[in-house]
Amino acid sequence: MASGNRSQKTQGLGLIAPPLGYAVLVMAAPLLTILAYSFLKDGYLTVIREFTFDNYRTVWGDPIFHKIMLRSLGVAALVTLVTVVLAFPVAYFLSFVVDPRKKSMWLFLITIPFWTSYLIRVFLWKVILGYNGVINSGLKSLGIIEQPLTFILYNVNSMVITLAHAYAPFAILPIFIALEKIDRSLLEAGRDLGESRIMTFWRVTLPLAMPGVVAAALIVFIPTIGDYVTPALIGGGKIPMIANMIQAQMLDLDNRPMGSALAVTAMLIVAIMSLIFVALNRRFLRVKQ
Amino acid sequence: MKGGGLRIYAILYLLFLYAPIILLPIFAFNSGTIIAFPLKGFTTDWFGQMFENASLRRALTNSLIIAVSSSVFATCLGVFAARASTRFEFPGKGPIMGLIMLPLVLPEIIVSISLLVVLLSIGVQLNILTVILGHTLICMPYATVILSTAFNSLDRSLEEAAYDLGETKWSAFRLVILPLVMPGIISSLLMSFTISLDEFIIAFFLAGNEPTLPTYIFSQLRFPKQIPMIMALGTVLVVMSIILLTIAEYFRRRGIAKTGAKDTGGFL
Repeated sequence: MASGNRSQKTQGLGLIAPPLGYAVLVMAAPLLTILAYSFLKDGYLTVIREFTFDNYRTVWGDPIFHKIMLRSLGVAALVTLVTVVLAFPVAYFLSFVVDPRKKSMWLFLITIPFWTSYLIRVFLWKVILGYNGVINSGLKSLGIIEQPLTFILYNVNSMVITLAHAYAPFAILPIFIALEKIDRSLLEAGRDLGESRIMTFWRVTLPLAMPGVVAAALIVFIPTIGDYVTPALIGGGKIPMIANMIQAQMLDLDNRPMGSALAVTAMLIVAIMSLIFVALNRRFLRVKQ
Repeated sequence: MKGGGLRIYAILYLLFLYAPIILLPIFAFNSGTIIAFPLKGFTTDWFGQMFENASLRRALTNSLIIAVSSSVFATCLGVFAARASTRFEFPGKGPIMGLIMLPLVLPEIIVSISLLVVLLSIGVQLNILTVILGHTLICMPYATVILSTAFNSLDRSLEEAAYDLGETKWSAFRLVILPLVMPGIISSLLMSFTISLDEFIIAFFLAGNEPTLPTYIFSQLRFPKQIPMIMALGTVLVVMSIILLTIAEYFRRRGIAKTGAKDTGGFL
């Protein structure tokens, strides 16, 4: 079936060409342009076509960049940890407890908030956590506190809560899918061999669910680090993350080579961190399901 | 009932997920101008204000044009990608599909900034067309996932039967495959529409002076006086999204039932 194979190939390639072409034109080419820009010099309102590493030198030597990048990594890591830890029991509940006929309904309920206006959701967290917000005024009227709780006011904590809320379904779905794939007879085998319920979970369920946990962590971590809206709205622009810094360089200061170098550096750091994370969990990912 | 503790936890978790959405209508119908407790009286003024607002109407029109075009383009591209990946083997399939799915994990700020730099340097005027360009890109992976599920559950023998009965490739696709994946297509259209309607970052960078609903909302959040109206707008948007998503979910399930496959759950 050599000819059949060849026609398979040509037909497949022919079909994939339009979406591939679109992704190349609208995503890959611009990304490469950014990469090229990051090695060029900035002139006033123009870009000087001259190769240089200066932008990278400036970015890496800039204490503000260090601070903002570390903050972005810290916030994203904390959000990832919180989201995944909070999401795991829900995914477990969905997979092991919920009646199979009701599973789609539960998943649907979990995904709905995710699809409703992101901006307004973020703004409402400001309302919930703010000085006269729902939590503070509620606790005050109940007489539990006298002064507003300050640890949730317009700071990194409130950003973490907001982002953890925004990316919750992203964490639940991959873990749920991994749990669904687990062969239930393995768990019975664990129990039959005299393991307790908790030990079975620890030694069978959790390792088998790890690919889902790793996927969930990455799928939360990567977009969180690039989040623009939450620092702009919740932090009031005073605690910027890397996306806000890139935007300021690119548009407010109109320094495209520098903005590009920032974007490329940030992407590299995220890519390296993700690879390290995957490498650390290598032994779980090799599990055949 | 089984899993008592877990069930309570899951319900609390749902409450956490829905907390902002529950507050939205409360403030939208509250007559106080400040978004805080205690609540004042009941009013529908904010909704009235919303319907009279001309710049809001302009933003809505723009958003609808963008969302409809992006969802149609993304779904068309998604049909190609889904059909190719579920039916054919070709060299470089893994990396190619990876590239098509990449917008799913690439931070939107990177997508929009890089696209912006390219558009500006080749001298393209920023308007709703450039937003459509970006939205089609980010909707394409979602469309591809939804449509792949639809194409995947197709029984290949149906297609072969059509060939045996003398149909050409195209007519077999149109007469046999397309009707079977139609629910998937509708679901993908609605999903892409919802994503585009709510997308902020790309619209913020690529729309030039044209407002879209999210960029309009963002610009108004700075003015405390406008917030109650934005809450009313948010309520309408949430209700609309829920209706659209419910329809999308209905078609997704019907699609699965139609091809006789097992429902494996949610959207992603």
